[in-house]
Amino acid sequence: MKDFLKGLWGQHPVFRQLLGMCPTLAVTTSALNGISMGLAVIFVLFFSSLVVSLIKKIVPNQVRIAVYTVIIATFVTIVDIFFKANFPQISRALGPYIPLIVVNCIILGRCEAFASRCSVAKSLLDALGMGLGFTWGVFLLGSIREVLGMGTILGFQIMPQGYNHLIIMILPAGAFIVLGLLIALMNRIEER
Amino acid sequence: MKDLILIFVSTVLINNLVLSYFLGICPFLGVSGKIESAIGMGAAVTFVMTLATTIGWLIYHLALVKFNLIFLEYVIFILVIASLVQIVEMFIRKFSQPLYDALGIYLPLITTNCAILGAALFMVTKNYSFLESAVFGFSGGLGFSIVLIIMAGIREDLSYADIPKHFKGAPITLIVAGLLALIFMGFSGLISA
Repeated sequence: MKDFLKGLWGQHPVFRQLLGMCPTLAVTTSALNGISMGLAVIFVLFFSSLVVSLIKKIVPNQVRIAVYTVIIATFVTIVDIFFKANFPQISRALGPYIPLIVVNCIILGRCEAFASRCSVAKSLLDALGMGLGFTWGVFLLGSIREVLGMGTILGFQIMPQGYNHLIIMILPAGAFIVLGLLIALMNRIEER
Repeated sequence: MKDLILIFVSTVLINNLVLSYFLGICPFLGVSGKIESAIGMGAAVTFVMTLATTIGWLIYHLALVKFNLIFLEYVIFILVIASLVQIVEMFIRKFSQPLYDALGIYLPLITTNCAILGAALFMVTKNYSFLESAVFGFSGGLGFSIVLIIMAGIREDLSYADIPKHFKGAPITLIVAGLLALIFMGFSGLISA
């Protein structure tokens, strides 16, 4: 249980370990994009951890990173084709950031640091925890940017009519600044 | 020729890989503490990125498209990048010890630098020709280096600043990056004008 929970708060991949920054910042222009990216990462992380922890004994140490990367790339290809076929709109919105999950350090990091050393069950719990932690992180960031930048959340209008849209929030600069403030807030909460 | 200059200017300044596509953020946040190491990292990335887009272009158009294997794109690209990094590392170590001493420690980190894979993927989606891909790879690396060096300079000064306790480390770096992104938005009128 500890392996599962640590990804949700204590060792949160985005706010604590600063892993997977590219997708975190890039796709969080809206809450929906954030969730889609989160789900894609959970899928890839879950199955890569499964395969890595199953074959950890037979992979020679020198080529392990290359092997892990190929495994991850395979699952990313599956996700990419799945999105393209079933959710073409989301696939277009996420653009190159789906294939970029291949080099997302959360996944390689968990495979290398955890799945290659622990049992299958523990690795799967760790993968789920980290994946869910990442998902709520990007959902929160996406929601804040969508509410302030467009006045909506998941497409529903929630800000009053006369609300002056803070366009900066959906531009790249907004992503950096909101994430910086969120991490500072986490530091504050953690300190208490 | 005009097209190539346009690609160069827009990739270095306007569509900067770090500040508008968020590629290569990890080294950007992690390594950029000292100007010398930022220069080393930038040079290594520029070098590998130029090679990755040119060789990636050749493989994509001459092998994958021809044999209808486009679905292998990601697997092939990441393998190309990983082996390129290996080859470049061995090559540099053999032929130029000073260069190896300067770039050596940064090379292994580059495999997981998303800017390289990102540049290779953009080159495919933007349908660049061979020459355009080479220019794109080089200018992408150059843009990355410029931002990395600026950031390293700011962070050197930042270490003397009196920062609120909870903002120390990552938060203030991200906020500085946000301001830098705002500044770089000023270049966006450059090309249409």
